[in-house]
Amino acid sequence: MSDLLAARAQMALSLGFHIVFAVIGIAMPMLMVIAEGRHLRHGDSLDLQLAKRWSKGTAIMFAVGAVSGTVLSFELGLLWPEFMHFAGAIIGMPFSLEGFAFFLEAIFLGIYLYGWNKVSPRAHLLSGVFVMLSGTASGVFVVCANGWMNTPQGFELDAAGKVIAIDPVVAMLNPAAFPEALHMTIAAFQAVGFAVAGIHALALLKAPSSALHKRALAIAIGVGGVAALIQPLSGHQSAVHVAKHQPVKMAAMEAHWDTHKGVGVVIGGWPDEDAERTDFKLEIPYLMSLLAFGDPDAEIRGLKDFPRENRPPVAVTHIAFQIMVGCGSAMAGFAALFLLLWWRRKALPTDPLVLKIIAAMAPLGIIAVQAGWTVTEVGRQPWVIHGILRTADAVTPMPHLQIPFLAFTALYGVLGFVAFALLKRHVFATLTPAETTTAGKTDEAAGAVSP
Amino acid sequence: MTDVLLSPAGLLGLVLVAALALYTLTGGADFGGGVWELLASGPRKNKQRDAISTAIAPIWEANHVWLILAVVVLFAGFPPAFAAITTALHVPLVLLLMGIVLRGAAFTFRSYDTGPGQAERSARWSLVFAISSTVSPIMLGVCAGAVASGQLTIDAATGRVQTDFISAWLAPFPFAVGLMTLLLFAFLAAVYLCVEHRGTALADDFRTRALASGVLLAPAAGLAWNLSATGAPAIRAGLAESTWALPFHIGTGVFAMGALVLLVRRAYRKARLAAAAQAVCIVVGWALSQFPYVVVPDLTLTAAAAPDNVIVTMLVILAVGAIPLALAFRYLYAIFARA
Repeated sequence: MSDLLAARAQMALSLGFHIVFAVIGIAMPMLMVIAEGRHLRHGDSLDLQLAKRWSKGTAIMFAVGAVSGTVLSFELGLLWPEFMHFAGAIIGMPFSLEGFAFFLEAIFLGIYLYGWNKVSPRAHLLSGVFVMLSGTASGVFVVCANGWMNTPQGFELDAAGKVIAIDPVVAMLNPAAFPEALHMTIAAFQAVGFAVAGIHALALLKAPSSALHKRALAIAIGVGGVAALIQPLSGHQSAVHVAKHQPVKMAAMEAHWDTHKGVGVVIGGWPDEDAERTDFKLEIPYLMSLLAFGDPDAEIRGLKDFPRENRPPVAVTHIAFQIMVGCGSAMAGFAALFLLLWWRRKALPTDPLVLKIIAAMAPLGIIAVQAGWTVTEVGRQPWVIHGILRTADAVTPMPHLQIPFLAFTALYGVLGFVAFALLKRHVFATLTPAETTTAGKTDEAAGAVSP
Repeated sequence: MTDVLLSPAGLLGLVLVAALALYTLTGGADFGGGVWELLASGPRKNKQRDAISTAIAPIWEANHVWLILAVVVLFAGFPPAFAAITTALHVPLVLLLMGIVLRGAAFTFRSYDTGPGQAERSARWSLVFAISSTVSPIMLGVCAGAVASGQLTIDAATGRVQTDFISAWLAPFPFAVGLMTLLLFAFLAAVYLCVEHRGTALADDFRTRALASGVLLAPAAGLAWNLSATGAPAIRAGLAESTWALPFHIGTGVFAMGALVLLVRRAYRKARLAAAAQAVCIVVGWALSQFPYVVVPDLTLTAAAAPDNVIVTMLVILAVGAIPLALAFRYLYAIFARA
């Protein structure tokens, strides 16, 4: 493994690890606030119990998210000092704003988690709302900085290649910022909604009468389902954006080699980068031209239009894109059916088959988030700043980068394992016999929840 | 000097120093708590550990953000300095990060563990928390010492730092600064814990610890000063000669003596004020001694600074953001000030 590859692997590992905890930190507050808000309005102690249980799981996840995020802020320099040397001043603004958002998130999370008996119920709920808003804002700011790496603007280069005429506001509000931030924010609620719903579906399979788990499932699938239904619209907007601003990335996502008119959408397929063709694919004719440019005959540039040294790894980008779209479509389709069934029956569907499907779908959102970031990041290669700075030129001169990579891999492996083991213990600790009996009595209340 | 300080770069430099001082007072003390977790002893051993956990739990994550703010100010405001530091000090920074990750994770895992076998696991996480809380401040101090040492020189042709990745930090002076940092953080934690448990036997436990670490700070500072003759000559000159830094160095001594006397007399609230003033004097005194350098000996505030318009935008954001932040922090500390 070369030093460059080790640096990229460490960055990918750190981002992939952090993003799981980051989306939980963004979306869990919404679930808790819904439960707690219901409690304030209806006075049902079940909602309060649920909010408290969720807050314990969130505390574990948030701590791991906070420290792994710290690692990332340093790693920008530890692994890519030339990138930060070049770009630090240009993209400092979203990071400064993110700093404040993170401050507020951490402060109000402290109040939320430890202040149950110390502040009024209203102030407590409001703290949860602040955690949700600042968590979302902090994610949005970071994604704005990533957007700039895809569509850099707000600066000029002089004859010597030195950065001049920086406009940090223009840089932050780059064209990729909005579509990326929207797509990621919805993804956070979708992924966490489905993951939480899956966990409670599993619990319901073991204890079918637990009102607590029914309520939890209702709230989680409500949030995740709505997000899953609107996500395809945001995904479409993102694709249109990429087709316009990063045609080479689009071509890699679709494994599209030859420039021509009336391009179809590729389903499946194995890109052969040496032979410059995609084997074993299904194609829906004209669809890609129609989706990307609103015209079934639109011409779309293929990979062969770009010199090999400027192409991203096609197979990884294409397959990751397929995985993301596949997971997203499955979730959207299921959400539509489930919400329809819920509305028709006027009661939460908890048939064993439905619960099993929900449980099986639990990881799809997180997988889609990982795949989506793989598309964004690998699809931008060989550039760290699209068209401006190559990843190979940004890496640290530090030798033996395999060592920190292995060390962080081991560290994150252990932390991930422990965090999820603890979470599992928390969730299934609720399945004590005593609880299932008492919970059974409030079944009526849970059945009344509607979307 | 005032021209530089009142320039946008100078003002952002002040923000950087303020963030580091606040990190010392808040996040630093949280690390210090971990040191006393490691050294918990006597009949109230478990009570000491509980007191430390209760004090840290609601606030450590918010306190920790000061470090992130300092990093952001450094990379957005002084990009070449950030690139030089992260390149040459890769190894101690990775160790610092590992410590930060393990400290936070172990602390949370211990707090939220349930079910069978919880006691043994708790003891294990407690040890991880305590050791990582001890290693991190040393590494932070090592990095600060290395930045001050004058070893991080910049190649004028390429603008990149000249480094073998080892010799700048693996030296006596940075480790002396590391030791000082550790003692300072531990001292602050012990003093804060005295205030929170005043009137109880626990306060006496922490008072002994505060006095021990406070007294040990003096020889540690002396050691760092001695080693600076060869380890950080430019800083030594600054420490001795800068008329601006002098009041802060005198202040350090006066407040340090004051804090110890007040601890002896069990005037804990006043002792906390004196200890905090002492810590601020140390951080500001250090910053003024290496003024106008962000990284000694080539990167001055002016040379390393991003363009003025970028820095002014940041200063505006920081100024506007500071208001809700201050209110929120006040609220947080007020809620958890005393059980």
